[in-house]
Amino acid sequence: MSMNRRQFLKLASASTILGVGAASVINNISKGSLEAAQIHPDPRALKGKRWGFVVDVSKLTTEEDYQKCMNACHDIHNVPSNPNPRHEVKWIWKDTYEHTFPNTAEDKIMNKELQEKNFLLFCNHCAQPACVRVCPTKATFKRESDGVVMQDMHRCIGCRFCMAACPFGARSFNYTDPRPNIKVENKEFPTRMIGVVEKCTACYERLAIGQQPACAEASNGAIVFGDLEDPNSEVRKLISEKYTIRRKPELGTQPSIYYVIGGGEHA
Amino acid sequence: MYNSGKIIAGLVVFLVLAMLPFLLNLGKANAKIEPSIDTPEINAMPQKHCVEPKAFMRSEHMQLLNNWRDQVVRNGNRIYVGSDGKEYAISLQNTCMKCHSNKKDFCDKCHNYMAVKPYCWGCHIAPKEKKA
Repeated sequence: MSMNRRQFLKLASASTILGVGAASVINNISKGSLEAAQIHPDPRALKGKRWGFVVDVSKLTTEEDYQKCMNACHDIHNVPSNPNPRHEVKWIWKDTYEHTFPNTAEDKIMNKELQEKNFLLFCNHCAQPACVRVCPTKATFKRESDGVVMQDMHRCIGCRFCMAACPFGARSFNYTDPRPNIKVENKEFPTRMIGVVEKCTACYERLAIGQQPACAEASNGAIVFGDLEDPNSEVRKLISEKYTIRRKPELGTQPSIYYVIGGGEHA
Repeated sequence: MYNSGKIIAGLVVFLVLAMLPFLLNLGKANAKIEPSIDTPEINAMPQKHCVEPKAFMRSEHMQLLNNWRDQVVRNGNRIYVGSDGKEYAISLQNTCMKCHSNKKDFCDKCHNYMAVKPYCWGCHIAPKEKKA
């Protein structure tokens, strides 16, 4: 069979297109991914568009009240208690008014009680999280479904960009192997390993089976958890009734923790 | 040939040395590695079954675990429907290892043989080994 150049080029291009097309089809069919029918969320899972917290520290009166919330979280999530304060790992912690709201702390004549109060701090699960923007591996990401800022430990390479980016200090790095510093391991939850960053995950593993975050459950009403996008949720009611402030709102990260300042009867 | 005695003797010594690894492992090369499913949890099951058939699990468990990981961590899907229609909670620690409570004789046995080092156990807590 003889063939001129024009016919040859036609045949060659047609067979290339067919070959590439078929290869991509076969690749997609044989990709070892799960079918949608094979996998679904737990029906008990809490559903919300953007999870948030309202923290009313006036309900935390004793040191024990703070410890109860912090221990509830740190115990179930295998958070190590590192003896070296420079290697501290924390998901939820307490700090002074001055450190919590640094932009308002220069006021010397404000309410003394408030100024001397300790605040409960944890990840703000910002609507515009700075940590997510800087993560080079997408190990930290914002869950589209409910706005939780998640940390995928399998992907974290320990570059600590997120720690530099987070304006709230919510992230801790494992400078040492955390295992020896975990007093009692919760066998239902993984630990972390040396060289990864960890933080509060809004108890995603508890939300998934219909439970409230551990700190909210242990707080005796001081921490209220709910959907900020739902106008009828308890958090939205509290925010509309009481005067609340957020940490460093001027940075534009849209934090999702609202701190109640002053009781309902005064506001 | 000059020095033939030394040369031939040297060649024989060299050949034996070069073949030593093969000679020592003669007959052992095909030793089959069979991961043990002899745990109290599995023995208590009326009908022994995993989330998928044995042959699939043997060849595809790494892809399955990778998919499970991504679905739970990134998409929040925590229920897996096996090919037998049963539902399973997706969890390495709380589903896989609840039955396969013998990590040494189940996971490690094959992984050591194949010289693969999955880093699951850097974070996930392995079940306590039962004294045999």
